[in-house]
Amino acid sequence: MTPNATVQWFATGRRIFRGRWLATLGLAWLVLVVLAAVFAPLIVPYDPLEIDPVARLTEPGAAHFFGTDHFGRDTFSRSIYGARMAIVIGLGSVVVALLVGGLTGMISAYFTRLGAFLMRVVDVLMAFPALLLALVLMTILERSVMNTVLVIGIVYATTTARILFGMTLKLKNEVFIDAAVCSGAGHASVLFRHILPNLISPLLVQASFIFAFAQLQAAALDFLGLGLPPEVPSWGNMLSESRIYVTRAPWLLLFPGALIILSVFSMNLVGDALRDSIDPRFKNDIKGV
Amino acid sequence: MLGYATRRLLALIPTLLAASLLVFLFVHLIPGDPAAVLLGDTATPEEVEALTREMGLDAPVYLQYLYWLGNVLQGDLGTSIFFGAPVLSVIADGAETSILLAVMTMVWIVILGVPIGVVSATRHGTWVDQLASGGAMLFASVPTFWLGLYLILIFSVSLGWLPSSGYPSISDDGGLANLRYLLLPSFTLAAPNAALIIRLVRASMLDVQREDHVRTARAKGLAPWKVATKHVFRNALIAVAAAFGFTFAALISEAVVTETVFSLPGIGRLVVQSILRRDYPVIQGVILIIVVLYMVINLLVDLAYAWLDPRVSLK
Repeated sequence: MTPNATVQWFATGRRIFRGRWLATLGLAWLVLVVLAAVFAPLIVPYDPLEIDPVARLTEPGAAHFFGTDHFGRDTFSRSIYGARMAIVIGLGSVVVALLVGGLTGMISAYFTRLGAFLMRVVDVLMAFPALLLALVLMTILERSVMNTVLVIGIVYATTTARILFGMTLKLKNEVFIDAAVCSGAGHASVLFRHILPNLISPLLVQASFIFAFAQLQAAALDFLGLGLPPEVPSWGNMLSESRIYVTRAPWLLLFPGALIILSVFSMNLVGDALRDSIDPRFKNDIKGV
Repeated sequence: MLGYATRRLLALIPTLLAASLLVFLFVHLIPGDPAAVLLGDTATPEEVEALTREMGLDAPVYLQYLYWLGNVLQGDLGTSIFFGAPVLSVIADGAETSILLAVMTMVWIVILGVPIGVVSATRHGTWVDQLASGGAMLFASVPTFWLGLYLILIFSVSLGWLPSSGYPSISDDGGLANLRYLLLPSFTLAAPNAALIIRLVRASMLDVQREDHVRTARAKGLAPWKVATKHVFRNALIAVAAAFGFTFAALISEAVVTETVFSLPGIGRLVVQSILRRDYPVIQGVILIIVVLYMVINLLVDLAYAWLDPRVSLK
């Protein structure tokens, strides 16, 4: 990034988060989660998969900050590695949803005949409630990180397609698009060089909300035993495994749950801040929040 | 209005047919021979062959679909592998729990969501509004099963006030008092949805407040509370009424997690257990019923919306 671009980047960031202390805190928390995910092996005091039968269900303390689970695994170390899964699930679902849904929406609005068919397919998929669609797809596929990401991504691809369909339809009739066509731009050029740049902001807002909802969906799938494979240390799996021990070891419920809530809440706050900066209707609606 | 309703109803048919095709194909998408899949792991080759012939699995797929659809339209959703009973009766057994859970959840959503949203909008910009809006977003960020488990820890384990799991029918001993089994589950299910309603009531009240007729009402000197109730709230309710419908439709599937946490004998838990038991006819039947319900409720919501706001059907 050139120095100039960096300055501009910071200026935009300041404009979005100015006077929104809670959203700024949310952003700071998300940065922490990303750092934890990246540097997980350097941070954790124990191997997240290491079983220690002697130390099972140890209360939080100096040796184990967040206590241990029923296998004596260190909850803190598992939580840090859980941040990795949270990022993988969040980013993965966003990429799948935006690629599949975004392209479907844009192409459907641009090529109206093909679009009429594609949007009917989207309609049919949307006839299935989100969680139910995810459950059905997970029944067909086997439990894996990749499949969980795919399934959650597909579920949110439908709403993304609807939103981008509407926006592309509006943009398509703008004068600058006519100008581009007249100056000899091909379909791909019009779609990706003239229409897409105008969709970046709403896409970013959509991405932030998908990231947040994906965490909750993934946790729900893990809880039902239909998400990530059980050995993967994700926050959802940690909650799911610990539920029978909660009366003896309430910390097993507290820490991974708090991490999910904080991360989803932060992402929602950031998403709201982003949306308000784009949609001036909501600007200064609630200061601070 | 009648024309609009007819058009919407007709538009529903192709979507329903396509959705039913997906539900039908679901069993075919699972790796393996559909007859073997339907009969489960314990089936003998003879049984598989018999079912293959009975279901007409040797026929072309489109004929199989028509045959299946014909049965469905006559109310025959097949037989559960696990229960050995007709799928429809297995689903009917869970209906009471799920319907009552949904109704009680809606009650929570209304008594929590509407007043808080209204107060938030009328006190727009104050700390009350910030607290309500922030709190609503926080509640929307909580995994429902986590909230459910904590409520069990507090109200069942520590305080011993409410039962933690199960639900005996209100026609059994205890009568209506059995509804207390659904208090915690319905609150759990309501929390994230009430949060959305709070945000929506607030947003739509603020929207209506900016309209001309509200300015006129204020200008002619009407008392602020009268403006808020008669002019703003009534109009804001149109958008909110639609959201109630969508929420109710979504509850059917969201109940999957809540019913599992509280071990309720409802349709949601039936879905999860059938998936884990690989009881495919039941999965197929439940999904089909939920999808049809979901679409019908959404249609009714749209029609109610058009009835409340005549501008909609003119578009």
